[in-house]
Amino acid sequence: MAEIKVDETVDITDKVCPLTFVKAKVTLDELDDGEVLAIRMNDGEPVQNVPRSIKEEGHQILKLEDNEDGTYTLYVKKVED
Amino acid sequence: MAEKKTVDYAALKKGGFMRQKQKGYFSLRLAVVGGNLTAENIRTVADVADKYGKGYVHMTSRQGIEIPFIGFDDIEEVRAELAKGGVKPGVCGPRVRTITACQGSEICPSGCIDTYTLAQELDERYFGRELPHKFKFGVTGCQNNCLKAEENDLGVKGGMVVECDQSACIQCGVCVKACREGAIELKDGKITMDESKCNNCARCVKSCPTEAWKGEPGYIVSFGGTFGNKIYKGEENLPIIKDKETLFRVADAAIGFFEEYANAGERFRATLQRVGEDEFRNRIQAAYEGN
Repeated sequence: MAEIKVDETVDITDKVCPLTFVKAKVTLDELDDGEVLAIRMNDGEPVQNVPRSIKEEGHQILKLEDNEDGTYTLYVKKVED
Repeated sequence: MAEKKTVDYAALKKGGFMRQKQKGYFSLRLAVVGGNLTAENIRTVADVADKYGKGYVHMTSRQGIEIPFIGFDDIEEVRAELAKGGVKPGVCGPRVRTITACQGSEICPSGCIDTYTLAQELDERYFGRELPHKFKFGVTGCQNNCLKAEENDLGVKGGMVVECDQSACIQCGVCVKACREGAIELKDGKITMDESKCNNCARCVKSCPTEAWKGEPGYIVSFGGTFGNKIYKGEENLPIIKDKETLFRVADAAIGFFEEYANAGERFRATLQRVGEDEFRNRIQAAYEGN
């Protein structure tokens, strides 16, 4: 897979459910259609649930990367309604 | 009072009128299917509670409603007023009770099956059926188990039989983490699943960004749960059931077994333990296979 060009990053490792998703969503709302957000999240509940919530919002998930430090980075392309 | 009336409490109880400790008063249990009531139903209940009760209702532990403090002399009038608003009395005693359900796949993003439709069908098929003791059905849409399937005599839980279409997969890795059973791996750019670990929760299907994971809905059935004086988790004796016809055949066999073998006042679990679970397993296995 080609390198993903990231337009914005957000770290949600300082939040707990449901604020993990809220923080990611607020950041996504700021982006333009087609821009890519990299979301850094903790292992466990965030990585189990946040990707699905973002999919249900209608955005396009590109990749989930294991940072091998107990965190993961999710790459999401913004899709306007 | 000129004539002394004899009160048939058993008949009243069967019709949903539960005797209160206060003499001459009943808490009227209403029929509710899958926890849904229309706005008209609720208005009617509110009016009856105001006019004949004490202006409040009690929500039961199994998605029912009771209107306390209905006086004995008002019973017929209350029945008639409720009927006008499409509300029927429920049941108590030794028979099939309220069919409970979560909101299921029609409303909830996690739902794998249409629980409300199934609850209505189970209600039509079994509600109020006379048996040696109470018999409870509960329907929950997914492994989150909001409706606590295994605490029922017969519990139904939605699940999916899943499969990954490699050609639609972008190897993003989301499903590997979404799966709580550790059944999915991404190795050398390919998704693999250990079917023995899969619990049919469908989190892979729900989270997959490209719909590469496909899921066929099915019913995971548990038998013999109780959550009263004795607590026992219903047991899953069958593989996931993929069609309703088989589900109903299995339910018929289970309830038939209970009807045939149970002593009066004996819960399904106790019957299974007394008669022997092997006999029951053979019976439902045969029903599952269509015999």
